Amino acid sequence: MAERSDSEEVKLLGMWASPFSRRIEIALTLKGVSYEFSEEDITNKSSLLLQLNPVYKMIPVLVHTGKPISESLVILEYIDETWRDNPILPQDPYEKAMARFWAKFVDEQIYVTAMKVVGKIGEERDAVVEATRDLLMFLEKELVGKDFFGGRSLGFVDIVATLVAFWLMRTEEIVGVKVVPVEKFPEIHRWVKNLLGNDVIKKCIPPEDEHLQYIRAHVIVSSCVLSLGFV
Amino acid sequence: MARSDVKLIGAWASPFVMRPRIALNLKSVPYEFLQETFGSKSELLLKSNPVHKKIPVLLHGDKPVCESNIIVEYIDDTWSSSGPSMLPSDPYDRAMARFWAAYIDEKWFVALKSFLKAGGEEEKKAVIAQLEEGNAFLEKAFIDCSKGKPFFNGDNIGYLDIALGCFLAWLRVTELAVSHKILDEAKTPSLSKWAENFCNDPAVKPVMPETAKLAEFAKKIFPKPQA
Repeated sequence: MAERSDSEEVKLLGMWASPFSRRIEIALTLKGVSYEFSEEDITNKSSLLLQLNPVYKMIPVLVHTGKPISESLVILEYIDETWRDNPILPQDPYEKAMARFWAKFVDEQIYVTAMKVVGKIGEERDAVVEATRDLLMFLEKELVGKDFFGGRSLGFVDIVATLVAFWLMRTEEIVGVKVVPVEKFPEIHRWVKNLLGNDVIKKCIPPEDEHLQYIRAHVIVSSCVLSLGFV
Repeated sequence: MARSDVKLIGAWASPFVMRPRIALNLKSVPYEFLQETFGSKSELLLKSNPVHKKIPVLLHGDKPVCESNIIVEYIDDTWSSSGPSMLPSDPYDRAMARFWAAYIDEKWFVALKSFLKAGGEEEKKAVIAQLEEGNAFLEKAFIDCSKGKPFFNGDNIGYLDIALGCFLAWLRVTELAVSHKILDEAKTPSLSKWAENFCNDPAVKPVMPETAKLAEFAKKIFPKPQA
């Protein structure tokens, strides 16, 4: 729909199974911004990626008018400030601060803790699951009386927390542990249903079957690597 | 009367607490400083920041704001008409400021902290290498962001200056403890000049701890003697 030159102006270096990459795609799609997507092989990083993100050498990287931006939360704020339609962050300073707080919480607390489940068994795994649930309880409480973290519509925290809805919760099947049981987290489950009712979300999350296959393969490799003591 | 409207829960030695203090000074916002006792957490802190139970916490009216860089942006947004903006106006420049502030916390400060705890020579060498790489990145970032002006934010200190500058006292304490110059004028001339200008800023001077006092405090909380 947009002119060819318009879509060339915005480029996203990403990876189809990465929650950090997908959240950028959600934001761009929400705003109706055309972009060129470049799939990166994270096991064999391109020289372009290394040139555009010398500090972290990671996806996602957004390139707009030739200038690269890295770190997904930074990119999301840039997108919100550059394309003003369908705002992602609230206008009110306090609400904005709270949105940033919860986004940081998802990435620095929930994600980091939940990742530790991989490769663990028995008591050690139980402890990680318990710790993850304690953190998720904060999100559970935030959702009471709301359709989305952003209120009546999708916002910053919803986009970031897709990590929980479509990565953490999809991993449950593979690792064989219900980290987020519906009895304990009815609000989160209700929120996931609301997300799945949104066209942009449906379009931008990884297709379930391929994704589960990917997670399965990835988890097995990680578990082997960890159990063999390579890490 | 305005004073009681804004409170900051913190501690004199914390670089993270320094951030909102500098920001409030920049905006000339009077506030009540509620000092936490080292080693214990007040009821108010636990109630205001149940998620992390950490300082700083800004209380504006009865609303708590947590996480130092988030508090600084909140201060900038709320008192936008008092004092210069702490972030540039261009979205790309703002993204750069936020990117480097996150880098400082996730990589640079983590390396600095591990220096104080580093054991043998090998460990110390590894940390020095990390910090030097970080400083090189920041030297370039400073040149790119400042565009010839004295601060990352231009003519006046701002979000990124505060994000890095808050660690300068701890940096000096670490340099003394390990007898190694971490911020070297020879290697990072622009950053070193910036550091001097930052420490002399009137919004910073009242809240920057004295090196000697901080060094004594550091000995208390890092009791392991440095080899």
